[in-house]
Amino acid sequence: MGIEGVDLIRAATFIGAGLAMGLGAIGPGVGQGLVGAKACEAIGRNPSEAALLTRTMLVGQAVSESTGIYSLVVAMLLLFVV
Amino acid sequence: MDMDTQTLTQIAAFIGGGLAIGFGAIGAALGQGYTAAQADMAISEYPEKSSDITRTMLVGQAVAESAAIFALVVAVLLLFTTVQEPSIVTAAAMVAAGACMGLGALGSGLGSGFPSGNACSGIVKARDPEVQNRMTTVMLIGQAVCQTPAILAMVISLMMIFMSFGDPTIIKAAAVLAAGFCMGLGGIGSGIGSGFPGGETCMALTRQPKLSGNLTTVMLIGAAVAQTPAILAMVIALMLLFINFGDVEPVKAVALLGAGLCMGFGAIGSGAGSGHPGGAACRGIGIQPGAQGALTTTMLVGAAVCQTPAIFAMVVALMLMFVNFGDVPFNPYWAAFLGAGLSTGLAAIGSGWGGGMAAGASCEGIARQPRTVGIVTTTMLVGQAVAQTPSIFGLLVSFILLFKGHPEAVAIAPAMALLAAGLCMGFGGIGPGFGNGIAASSAVGWVARNEENAGLLMRMMLVAQAVSQSTAIYSMVIALVLLFVVI
Repeated sequence: MGIEGVDLIRAATFIGAGLAMGLGAIGPGVGQGLVGAKACEAIGRNPSEAALLTRTMLVGQAVSESTGIYSLVVAMLLLFVV
Repeated sequence: MDMDTQTLTQIAAFIGGGLAIGFGAIGAALGQGYTAAQADMAISEYPEKSSDITRTMLVGQAVAESAAIFALVVAVLLLFTTVQEPSIVTAAAMVAAGACMGLGALGSGLGSGFPSGNACSGIVKARDPEVQNRMTTVMLIGQAVCQTPAILAMVISLMMIFMSFGDPTIIKAAAVLAAGFCMGLGGIGSGIGSGFPGGETCMALTRQPKLSGNLTTVMLIGAAVAQTPAILAMVIALMLLFINFGDVEPVKAVALLGAGLCMGFGAIGSGAGSGHPGGAACRGIGIQPGAQGALTTTMLVGAAVCQTPAIFAMVVALMLMFVNFGDVPFNPYWAAFLGAGLSTGLAAIGSGWGGGMAAGASCEGIARQPRTVGIVTTTMLVGQAVAQTPSIFGLLVSFILLFKGHPEAVAIAPAMALLAAGLCMGFGGIGPGFGNGIAASSAVGWVARNEENAGLLMRMMLVAQAVSQSTAIYSMVIALVLLFVVI
């Protein structure tokens, strides 16, 4: 096998990027779903506040997105910078 | 390596024995713990009925134990059986038999805790001794159905221990290993899912003791549908065991391993998910006996849609087994085949389970407001369809991995990029699949309560699902970058 230092490092960055993004996507996906579920419940209880609730849901989901974006950034760094 | 095959097979048998009882003990212990917890809660409310409750608890726990006992039997067999023709294939078969039995018992043990736990809390509310007897019967039937995946896994693992495999080749060894993981992993979801209908039926009997016949029928239908993914996994496992793939290029061995993992992981979500509508339909009949027809229909439609990710996994597994990829180089194709299996298999977990949550909420909603059946079913189907997206992404990445055409490589990095693409999309699809299902289940439930705002709720559900989808899309972007840019 032609495994050399550079090759091994590239291989490690690829696997690292894949795992960083793949595992990092689990939390935000579930978290944003929970936010969405509560927002639907709140609209069901009080439909007149739909606009406010949609805004609040999106802000909450955006914050929960942050760790997903961190994963994306780390994956991109591993792929293109390191 | 200087190790003779006799020693290798013996080592493999010991590892297999450990895997069998190690994994096999998890589910039964959790199921029995749930049963005991429910029994304690019931005794604290009705201390005077403690003897009835304790008896139900012990009977239920004994049945939940059976999955672990199967695992123990297989573990003991693996420790003490002398292998007739030790070879690399029998060594693989020993590990595979252990993993198959251990993983396959996990779901059944956990799932059969739900009927017995709920029977403990239900038995005190059923004043009539005849109703108590019926509840015990329903509990036992429900638990027995839960054992199906463990029994399938035991059959496959006993075959592996005692089968004669012919000429030992690396292909055959990989096929046997893949079959073990396929059946073992593939039984987890169905074991858990088929416990929900039994558990909810025990609770429903306290409200509607006269309906025990109808309830038992719907329970059996619901639990049977939840077995589908385990049966798909068994079909693939039997094919892997009995089809002679010949003595082909060694890369086929990795393709077969990918096929087994794909079907095994891919069956988990659909199996557990399709138990939710079954459970909710049984609970619903307890609340609203008149809606039995609508509930059964919705249960079947919802559970059928839940099977989609498992069917995607089966398609990819069959492709890995039977498509002739021609004379492909071992490196990097081994990683492409493994990645293709993992991408679809793992991504199917979230979509299958999430879609099941939406279907369960739909049955609950119809039980509360039977006249909303049309709009509730529509919202459920839209929600489920969106929840399938991550598994479709997984399928897409698998197809690219299988059919893109990868140049031969000497270095390890190109292969790792392909494997990483599969892992990235597979893991990345799990969370969004669950998230979409959670959002959809809440929306569907509230459409039933607040029908006039169905449009608003559907819009909110879709916005929430779209946002929750984002990390699956990031995963797909990284997978595509790995596949097309950096390689």
